[in-house]
Amino acid sequence: MNYFRYSSPAAFYPLAGTLARVFGWIAVLLAIAGLWIGFAIAPTDFQQGDAYRIIFIHVPAAWMSMFIYLVMAFWSALSLGLNARLSAMMAQALAPTGALMTFIALWTGAFWGRPTWGTYWAWDARMTSELILLFLYFGVIALRNAIDDDRRADRACAVLTLVGAVNVPIIYFSVQWWNTLHQGSTISLVAAPRMATIMLTGMLVMTFAAWFYAIAVALVRVRCIILEREQGAAWTSQLTEPGKS
Amino acid sequence: MNSPAASTTLARSASPAEAGAWPGMRWALRRDLKLALRSRSELGVQLLFYVIVVSLFPLASSPDRNLLMAMGPGVLWVAALLASLLSLPRLFASDYADGVLEQIALSPYPLPALVSGKIAAHWLTTGLPVVLLAPLLGLQYALDGEALTVLTFALLLGTPILSLLGAIGAALTLGLRGGGSLLALLVLPLCVPVLIFGAGAVAAVQAGLGATGNLQLLGAGLLVAIVGAPLAASAAIRIALD
Amino acid sequence: MSEFLTMGGYGFYVWGAYGVTVLVIMIELVALRARRRAAESAHAKASAR
Repeated sequence: MNYFRYSSPAAFYPLAGTLARVFGWIAVLLAIAGLWIGFAIAPTDFQQGDAYRIIFIHVPAAWMSMFIYLVMAFWSALSLGLNARLSAMMAQALAPTGALMTFIALWTGAFWGRPTWGTYWAWDARMTSELILLFLYFGVIALRNAIDDDRRADRACAVLTLVGAVNVPIIYFSVQWWNTLHQGSTISLVAAPRMATIMLTGMLVMTFAAWFYAIAVALVRVRCIILEREQGAAWTSQLTEPGKS
Repeated sequence: MNSPAASTTLARSASPAEAGAWPGMRWALRRDLKLALRSRSELGVQLLFYVIVVSLFPLASSPDRNLLMAMGPGVLWVAALLASLLSLPRLFASDYADGVLEQIALSPYPLPALVSGKIAAHWLTTGLPVVLLAPLLGLQYALDGEALTVLTFALLLGTPILSLLGAIGAALTLGLRGGGSLLALLVLPLCVPVLIFGAGAVAAVQAGLGATGNLQLLGAGLLVAIVGAPLAASAAIRIALD
Repeated sequence: MSEFLTMGGYGFYVWGAYGVTVLVIMIELVALRARRRAAESAHAKASAR
């Protein structure tokens, strides 16, 4: 089957709609399963009490925030290399959801940190890097909004995303170095030394739930972007019932 | 005032065979320095901004010596970063506005070389004065001789990186509304490692540890930035010009 | 049930975390739906011409 035909916005539009619906429902089911594991099955933690249950949101959100950035970078590279519109649209569609995940990671991390380590914010390596990642997302979104011409916006945001992607490991390494120098390893807001398998399972299920959610939302958003940007193109007038194809 | 004549001189003076990287860089460096020196007061104002910002922090917190010694490296570095950001929008903007940038991009010289020349001029007029003033300002923060030496050297390595990274932001935001603040939003996260290792070098020396590790990392970063930033900025300029 | 709500004394933190998460996800979905409707109606107007 020739998958490359889906690289045109026209062909991709209906496919995205179907996939978004399917993935959305998968996300809901996985979330229900994950939360059930997290709240009904997993036992209360010996050290942290029930406060640890925040990790079932915090860790998946943190992983997704980084993963989405990588996927954005992938689509950006593809759009620059192949001069492909749809790849750039996918990158554009992912940014807000990535920023959302980063925010959730930061917020839930703070609310986990307060009861567990006594402080909402602790400038540890991961949370600080997460904060900078949020700034990187905001930068890409702000740049997209500041440029009126779609093609220029595509390519400028692609360059910015790639420059950011190269910098993320450097930033993380430097923040981690800075953190160990100043605080020792007493505070690490993410690592739980040994995690019971059931907790790990709950986290994994929630991570997949977050993943399918992100894909579903990005696909719906890319459909909006396609409609917004391809107004003049002839094929869009053949969409008899937008949203229902 | 930029002269369009300058760009035709550029195009005429080189056949493709002699349009190498070094001549291009020298040309851009000389031109930008000449233009910058015509508005010397502007350069002076930027420097004054740096001095004033550095002086504000003790006023806003406390003149306690120990506090100042701990804050000093960070404050001096953040101020250097802000001073660099002040002048970055102008790096490409005036050339872009009167069409000279387009001529430069079309010239036989490799664009990254020309961009490197402009960035070098930016550093010489913005970063280097900061480096030279740093020992004086460091005295305000009760930094001793060794700390001042390391601070100066760290700024010497780091301020070019700030210019290089800033150039990418300036190129991406060419001609956009919200210019300066948008540029800052894009560039500041990228500069975090420079801040960390630059200020960290001084903090290390204050704590009695060596600063070598930090300085080596800064040096490595500088090398990577020298190679990568002009390429990224050139790509961004071509995107803006298309 | 009350144990579920109080989360062993950590209720504020657990529900503060989950609550805001649900809130921002709702915001994203509502905003997305508004965007979709706007895009579809603009498209419908454009192709009706």
